[in-house]
Amino acid sequence: MKALVAVKRVVDYNVKVRAKSDGSDVDLNNVKMAINPFCEIAVEEAVRLKEAGTVSEIVAVSVGGSGCQEQIRTALALGADRGIHVEVDGTVEPLSVAKLLKAVVEQEAPDLVIMGKQSIDGDNNQTGQMLGALTGMGQGTFASEVKVGDGSVEVVREVDGGLQTVSLKLPAIITTDLRLNEPRYASLPNIMKAKKKPLDTFTPDQLSVSVKTHVTQSSVAPPPERAAGIKVEDVAQLVDKLKNEAKVIS
Amino acid sequence: MKTLVIAEHDNASLKAATLNAVAAAQALGGDIDILVAGAGCDGAAQAAAQVPGISKVICADNAAYEHQLAENISLLVAELGSDYDNLLAASTANGKNFMPRVAALLDVGQISDILSVEGADTFTRPIYAGNVIATVTSSDAKKVITVRTTAFDAAPAEGGAAPVESCAAAHDAGVSAFIREEVAVSDRPELTSASVVISGGRGMQNGDNFSLLEGIADKLNAAIGASRAAVDAGFVPNDYQVGQTGKIVAPDLYIAVGISGAIQHLAGMKDSKVIVAINKDEDAPIFQVADYGLVADLFEALPALEASL
Repeated sequence: MKALVAVKRVVDYNVKVRAKSDGSDVDLNNVKMAINPFCEIAVEEAVRLKEAGTVSEIVAVSVGGSGCQEQIRTALALGADRGIHVEVDGTVEPLSVAKLLKAVVEQEAPDLVIMGKQSIDGDNNQTGQMLGALTGMGQGTFASEVKVGDGSVEVVREVDGGLQTVSLKLPAIITTDLRLNEPRYASLPNIMKAKKKPLDTFTPDQLSVSVKTHVTQSSVAPPPERAAGIKVEDVAQLVDKLKNEAKVIS
Repeated sequence: MKTLVIAEHDNASLKAATLNAVAAAQALGGDIDILVAGAGCDGAAQAAAQVPGISKVICADNAAYEHQLAENISLLVAELGSDYDNLLAASTANGKNFMPRVAALLDVGQISDILSVEGADTFTRPIYAGNVIATVTSSDAKKVITVRTTAFDAAPAEGGAAPVESCAAAHDAGVSAFIREEVAVSDRPELTSASVVISGGRGMQNGDNFSLLEGIADKLNAAIGASRAAVDAGFVPNDYQVGQTGKIVAPDLYIAVGISGAIQHLAGMKDSKVIVAINKDEDAPIFQVADYGLVADLFEALPALEASL
């Protein structure tokens, strides 16, 4: 069984991103880049499936500028077997990423596509679902548990108020949530080995996909700040304020 | 302009998130229809018909839609979508699940999690975990949008009498099946729709101490939440988590107990109307967003608060 894992290069989750003072865009000068945390969970899940003998080959794919080869190498160091880089400069919208991934899916014919539920930069939470629609595959989004069976996969999903379990025919798409697993660290020997693993590069033209713009960002701003209120002396004063000033309790 | 709002419901009744999505549709203007897709969903459709200002309710009652499987619902919405300029759903786990499929089927982009409507094709939405608010413009003729429910005051639930039209379209993609659902059972209101929420953080010290919040929650009819620190420490289950990676809440009253106020928690509750913080550390960042701060030992303050309610 083959697994395709999609990974995205994003600003490291420890970086506090701010809007530039002129509001033109976010300030990403000299910030540390990393693999999107949800994508890292996707890689880990594929590697665990390989260790369990369910998956025999893991292909890591990333769409973006040349820098994202670093994140493909990270995925290779974590246990993916080979990489595919679809080289596109600038912002690529979820629908275009999904179309490019569809072309890769047609080339590779994976049984499972595993990817993060959202990236921590655009916070769109769209690409996996869009790929599902374009390929006609079923989707197990926000997965917290994955059990691969014969010709199908059972996915436990994090939904509002609890958990939902669905069964999907293979091939299928899984998008990961935080509780699915805890990713490992790449060991130094594996980082060295990853440098020798094969990595193919394609352009959107080679995949016969035209990258389009549907949504443009005109400006960015910091979120509105909330003014601090007052300190109360004791519980009695707090209850009095809530009853008579804020009028939120009776 | 015509907008279709896809209802969030449990077949028997309409969920409150639908009314927030209707409010966003009203901000866009024009005619608004509501789609209720489910199985045995007449109850939800009748409730949707009572929302004022709705032109009609489309009720698609079919076994394929019973559990809101995205593969099936998206085919239905994409088909109905040909008659509309805008397709809107609440950005709930369900809306997030099927709406991007609809957008891809229609070959348009999706605008996720809008916070405001700035014009017919311009919206604001949070990026980078809410650290930045982006203004975005869609160039698609048809817009597929999910709505951050806490950013729009709910439209009224009653007073209207829209006609209910049934839709026979049956779409079963045949690639997915519902197996089971485990929903946490509680007599308390749901975290995301409660008008009062009381949350505990690491300062609660252990899971047993959350019982101190229960008495207060009972008196205020409040939902109980928690910070990620409290969830990570194993005090309470994951579905209690309020924050950027948990639930986004905006109740009338939010009481944060023993919560320091990490940015990840603030992102999930800072739109609450009134925020109360109880913490023994007077320098805790939570006090910077609290309307009423009480610097006190929570083990003394909570019993006193319960007694005085």
